[in-house]
Amino acid sequence: MTTENTGVRKTAGDDTAAAGKPPSVRPRALAWQRRRASAARFWRTYRTHRAGVFGLAVLTLFALPALAAPLLTGSDAADVTDAPGAPLESPSAEFPFGTDRFGRNLLALVIRGARVSLLVGLLAAVLSVAIGTLIGVTAGHFRGWYATVMMRITDWFLVMPTLVLAIALATVMSRSLLTVVVAIGVTTWPTTARLVRAQTLAVETRPYIERARALGGGHWHVMTRHVLPNVMPLVLAQTTLIISSAILAEATLAFLGLGDPTVVSWGGLLQDAREAGAVSAGHWGYLVPPGIAIAVVALAFTLCGRTVESVLNPRLGVSR
Amino acid sequence: MTADAASAPVEGTGAAGPAKDGPAARGPRVRTATAYPRYVAGKVAGAAVSLLAVLVTGFFLFRLIPGDPVKFMTGGRQVSAEQLAAYRREFGLDLPLWRQFTDYCGKALTGDLGTSYQFSAPVIDKITEALPNTLLLTGTAFVLYTALGILLGTRAAWRHGRLGDRLGTGLALTLYSLPSFWLGLLLIITLSVGIGPLPGLFPTGGMESGGEEGLAYVLDVAHHLVLPVVTLVAVEYGQTLLVTRSALLDEMGSDYLTTARAKGLRDDLVRRRHAVPNALLPTVTLIFINLGRTVAGVILVETVFSWPGLGGLFYQALSVPDLPLVQGLFLVFAAAVILMNTLADLLYPLFDPRVGR
Repeated sequence: MTTENTGVRKTAGDDTAAAGKPPSVRPRALAWQRRRASAARFWRTYRTHRAGVFGLAVLTLFALPALAAPLLTGSDAADVTDAPGAPLESPSAEFPFGTDRFGRNLLALVIRGARVSLLVGLLAAVLSVAIGTLIGVTAGHFRGWYATVMMRITDWFLVMPTLVLAIALATVMSRSLLTVVVAIGVTTWPTTARLVRAQTLAVETRPYIERARALGGGHWHVMTRHVLPNVMPLVLAQTTLIISSAILAEATLAFLGLGDPTVVSWGGLLQDAREAGAVSAGHWGYLVPPGIAIAVVALAFTLCGRTVESVLNPRLGVSR
Repeated sequence: MTADAASAPVEGTGAAGPAKDGPAARGPRVRTATAYPRYVAGKVAGAAVSLLAVLVTGFFLFRLIPGDPVKFMTGGRQVSAEQLAAYRREFGLDLPLWRQFTDYCGKALTGDLGTSYQFSAPVIDKITEALPNTLLLTGTAFVLYTALGILLGTRAAWRHGRLGDRLGTGLALTLYSLPSFWLGLLLIITLSVGIGPLPGLFPTGGMESGGEEGLAYVLDVAHHLVLPVVTLVAVEYGQTLLVTRSALLDEMGSDYLTTARAKGLRDDLVRRRHAVPNALLPTVTLIFINLGRTVAGVILVETVFSWPGLGGLFYQALSVPDLPLVQGLFLVFAAAVILMNTLADLLYPLFDPRVGR
């Protein structure tokens, strides 16, 4: 059988790779071939989930204008001193969403806000998942007192009101996007850590880990070469889900006045609207676009995350 | 899974009576008598460690990051060196760090959380003043969204895959993705300010109109309570729904349900007496773990609706920033969530006799 053949050759190649023999190229090519095949398989299953495809389409719809924002809106869209319209204008052909309290084009601001919201959401989620994965894998790999201490810390963070902690962090640090990313990132990792640890414990009982150890693989080798690839699918799904809550958290911090005051974000626009008295004046047009944008993007990431989760874990896929 | 399957039929038949007094009706177990106190002691000790960790975090977060707290307090105003020194002495910042820490812990344990700059009043007084209002709002919302989430989650799981489930779950996910403050603002703009021909039905904020007494006062507060509670319930029930739904779906393949059906029980009875009690166990834990998120929702909703509670106070403290007040509220919020979680842990063995034995 060909599959058996390649399997044997792969293990042989793995161990001789360090010696630099010619066949060492082959297993790498094979690995890439397998990765491509599994990515294709993933996409084929993903495509069958309507909610996931919808979420992905919505995200593309938001990401493209956000990337092209400088071309679409001009660099001075966020400039308060040189606003093109009168304050709080109603929607018109020139300003499809009307203008904000400084007379700026609200559509342009929402497009520019997408950059900040998506960027902060992505970075915060990556930071959060990176911390969670690091702690999860190490706590699952090294048992004993290290794992006990780490899991106690994780449990403690898990019950803490995340937003309160993030607000406290953002209050004592200087107002910048980095602060917001850090505040969200260091408060949302515990769920990831627990999931990754559980998966690590499951992976570490498998025979090939024993084989790797028997062949002299150290902690670093086992964790990065064997455990990490196996927890990656979980990490991927978790990242997508955390982006959605990170975007909501960013909007919340900006709404509470803890964001970077020099950039335009969706939460900041809502704070502006509230301060301008748009609520009591019944000024709809100012409130609706940024809020819809936050909700739709957060929902799209949630849908994508749930789909990724159910594709990678078919047992959940049936039920959820 | 196999361990579950082994104990589940016992569990199911045991709870065949009214589900609520199931554990009590079984009478005391010999092993429980010694094990439960040990379980309680473990949980209480864990909570004490967590509370201590909160105290330590509160101390380091607000004293050591970044640089000089006195400069931060004075907010860049022109102050002379003598004034800075006076401030240092007043807040005990001239003492060595370990003395500051022990002083802080001692004071915090006796309820002295410092003095608010903004109100020139003890922080603890501001907090006790606002606490009942927050409890009223949060308590009402918590009961409603938990009940709604469990009810709808059960229905969704029982008919999973059908149109009703897809719509219900979709709506829950959508509301869950809404920023609570934005939903609050929208509700104010439509139902309080009024839109088009629709007059304002509810007050725009606050907790009372003033001047009413007796029953009229209660009704007035209830009237003010409607929109904040609706907002909180709308953004929070989705989580409970999803948790209940997936917990029940996990149970639905179990053998004991087939047995229950095979002995001729009506579908409704199988669900109510066998499936739901078992599915509720993980749900209860998760509901309490998610309380942290509710605290966030409360802060925002109180801010938007000018509700005179802890969340509104937190927002006022943030905008200054009034550090002693922020710190005090940080401690209160964290401690409240930890205490509620411990309470849930302590009650859990009463619902599930397998735990804590």
